[in-house]
Amino acid sequence: MQRLRVRYAKRGRLRFTSHRDISRAVERAVRRAGIPVAYSAGFSPHPKISYAGAAPTGVASEAEYLEIGVTEPCEPGRIRDDLDGSLPPGLDVLDVVEATVGGLADRLEASEWDVRLPGADWELAETAVAKFLAAEAVEVERLTKKGPRRFDAREAVLRLEVPEGTDRTAAQVPGQSCVILRMVVRHVIPAVRPDDVLTGLRLVADFAPPVPPEVTRLAQGPLDASTGALADPLDLDRDITRGGEAGSAGEHVDG
Amino acid sequence: MTVESIFPRLEALLPKVQKPIQYVGGELNSTVKDWDSADVRWALMYPDAYEVGLPNQGVAILYEILNELPATLAERTYAVWPDLEALMRAEGIPQFTVDAHRPVRAFDVLGLSFSTELGYTNMLNALDLAGIPLLAVDRGDDDPIVLAGGHAAFNPEPIADFLDAAVLGDGEQIAIAISEVIREWKGEGSPGGRDELLMRLAESGGVYVPKFYDVDYHPDGRIKRVAPNRSDVPWRVHKHTVMDLDEWPYPKKPLVPLAETVHERFSVEIFRGCTRGCRFCQAGMITRPVRERSITTIGAMVENGIKESGFNEVGLLSLSSADHSEIGEVAKGLADRYEGTNTSLSLPSTRVDAFNIDLANEFSRNGRRSGLTFAPEGGSERMRRVINKMVTEEDLIRTVTTAYSQGWRQVKLYFMCGLPTETDEDVLGIADLAKKVIKAGREITGSRDIRCTVSIGGFVPKPHTPFQWASQADHETVDRRLKALRDSLRGDKNYGRAIGFRYHDGKPSIVEGLLSRGDRRVGAVIRAVWEGGGRFDGWSEHFSYERWMAAAEKSGIDVDWYTVREREENEVLPWDHLDAGLDREWLWQDWQEAVSGTEVEDCRWTPCYDCGVCPTMGTDIQIGPTGKKLLPLTVV
Ligand code: SF4
Repeated sequence: MQRLRVRYAKRGRLRFTSHRDISRAVERAVRRAGIPVAYSAGFSPHPKISYAGAAPTGVASEAEYLEIGVTEPCEPGRIRDDLDGSLPPGLDVLDVVEATVGGLADRLEASEWDVRLPGADWELAETAVAKFLAAEAVEVERLTKKGPRRFDAREAVLRLEVPEGTDRTAAQVPGQSCVILRMVVRHVIPAVRPDDVLTGLRLVADFAPPVPPEVTRLAQGPLDASTGALADPLDLDRDITRGGEAGSAGEHVDG
Repeated sequence: MTVESIFPRLEALLPKVQKPIQYVGGELNSTVKDWDSADVRWALMYPDAYEVGLPNQGVAILYEILNELPATLAERTYAVWPDLEALMRAEGIPQFTVDAHRPVRAFDVLGLSFSTELGYTNMLNALDLAGIPLLAVDRGDDDPIVLAGGHAAFNPEPIADFLDAAVLGDGEQIAIAISEVIREWKGEGSPGGRDELLMRLAESGGVYVPKFYDVDYHPDGRIKRVAPNRSDVPWRVHKHTVMDLDEWPYPKKPLVPLAETVHERFSVEIFRGCTRGCRFCQAGMITRPVRERSITTIGAMVENGIKESGFNEVGLLSLSSADHSEIGEVAKGLADRYEGTNTSLSLPSTRVDAFNIDLANEFSRNGRRSGLTFAPEGGSERMRRVINKMVTEEDLIRTVTTAYSQGWRQVKLYFMCGLPTETDEDVLGIADLAKKVIKAGREITGSRDIRCTVSIGGFVPKPHTPFQWASQADHETVDRRLKALRDSLRGDKNYGRAIGFRYHDGKPSIVEGLLSRGDRRVGAVIRAVWEGGGRFDGWSEHFSYERWMAAAEKSGIDVDWYTVREREENEVLPWDHLDAGLDREWLWQDWQEAVSGTEVEDCRWTPCYDCGVCPTMGTDIQIGPTGKKLLPLTVV
């Protein structure tokens, strides 16, 4: 069975979709697009579509990933166009490759986030970020389905900075300041989300933005530990596919 | 005038509310037209939460038809949940449409579709949030025409003071006609303000404008007379009937929500109307005569609907879907076409006969045979004769055991409690029936792995039915009978565990009864309930019987007088000036025959018995068979 790996974006007002909303939308789009999706066996067969590390409800993303199993070989470029055309605008397909070796989820080691804080004070943000980075650990608490949970939000943060202020944000009142935080956070368990980092900033420096933040995941992928940069997780599949049979080497044991 | 989107302000609130996706629009196949491109602008509201309102066929069809008109635009709006309502009030954000997030007050028409009376408080809340005066008489030229449709609009009197207009019956053609009247009037520079517009609509005889009618009362509270207070306004307003459903194959572009909704499927109405003559059924009475869609159109609509939506379930809707003259061919043809595509087909039908099981077998060809539903409605044969549900006990037991023997493990039986002339024995008869069903099922299958669920709710007498004169059972009686039934089922060692029991208690039915057969004086109660915080009355967690009773008392309304009181033949009923086509004398005669247990046949298969609809409305029964078959699809 061929598997296709899809990178898609969740943009604008569609950032309010939940993971379940997206999976319903994708199933329908796959049907509309006539993609020969494979189904599981059994009494209530479901399409073989799996998701890796979905962004939470309310968070936008330029880098969400899913994998579709198909019953007959498909050309990734055509699937990208057809699937994109069948999804509502705002759920946009950016890239499709044929899966080769390994699991996709394993390659998603860290995420880069953009966090916009309309109406927040830039200098206070800078101070808070400096204090947060200087700390050994910052214990935060989050309400999970199993009740409140305490964990360290500091260690997973590989990079956190406050670039120069800008005024580009949807919910912003014109003329009002807007602080932008950029961060790269390693995927750990329990997950450290941008929200948890904001909680950390409040704990270490009493930094509390006046309105809910606008969060966008810019990228997720394999981490270059030395530079802190994120690579495109689909590059490996692309390289292997381009390189001909090289990809099979990982799956077949020679001799 | 340009109208600004409220979305930027709304967006800041969305992270704070439950399921924000329901407020953002952007559904597949939704339409946003340029504001200035249209002369006539409709906001369409289903007055309940998005998850219930979005799948509503009536609104979806009108949305599509109106947007197809070149000079008209239509957007949708739904009731917002209390969490968002509080934030909107705090921030001064008005009721908005989900399509372009325009304020509802900026539209020419606010069209509300009421399938149930329990949406009335949500309407008041939406008007208030929109900044539209609650009372029609307080509205000015900047306010939309507030227009009601849907089944509850067949007696809009309880909300008459809040409405500018109401339409009865099928909405397709009248919505287009209303758009045309508004376009002309606006084109002339809106002469005479909203009153002239309302006059133009009222004169046609197809739009009811409540404020052009006065209601006089007798000293004892009964209505003396309902009469127009202007010349040129007709004495009676008629319902609308679309003939030839093949000419109206909507929805063509089904709305596909992102949020989860109550029905996740593509639905096709396979016919409208029903002449089985069940006396409790308002839908059957007010949608006569039967008009079928042809097998060919049904096939084409299903094919197109799946392609446009990507839904994996298709529902074939109507009041009694097994009655379509070619349903066997439809079922087989669709099951063949979609075999192996993971598309499931459903047919809401509760007919108690073997043919219904054949259909269910066909539709479950590739899936599990989980549950089947039958609706005998009444517990005893006498009761079933009263309501004209012609099912003998033998029929029922034979049908259910056939279902068990063909592999169905779970059967649901629907009943009503509080029917006219009902006694305790009639309701306890349900327990006997259920036990007999299980006994026979065990014998025929040789297995104890079969179940039946008894599902029962309180009966509410409805306008334009033979039971419009009947006394509604009080909630104490209903609850007492339900309790006795439950005890009888639970107490049985041999069968108790094989029989499930689901019921609705009697109190909400009393409120529904008050609203169904109420007159204009009941409007004060609705308003008081809303002022007291009443919203989402169709949801048990929001509904408060006590709030309704307190509001009635405050408004000086005797709820029993509206509900449990039996009416005399010549009492003027609040909806008598609204014409569903049914001959009042025929209805009365049918009521008398109900009491004496006389049955009436279906006019599809026996001669016309003169209910009045066809001659009054100039309509005819339109049924097949066409003799056509569904061919396999060439490309999947
Ligand atoms: S008028 Fe006659 S044919 Fe028409 S719906 Fe009534 S009974 Fe049936």
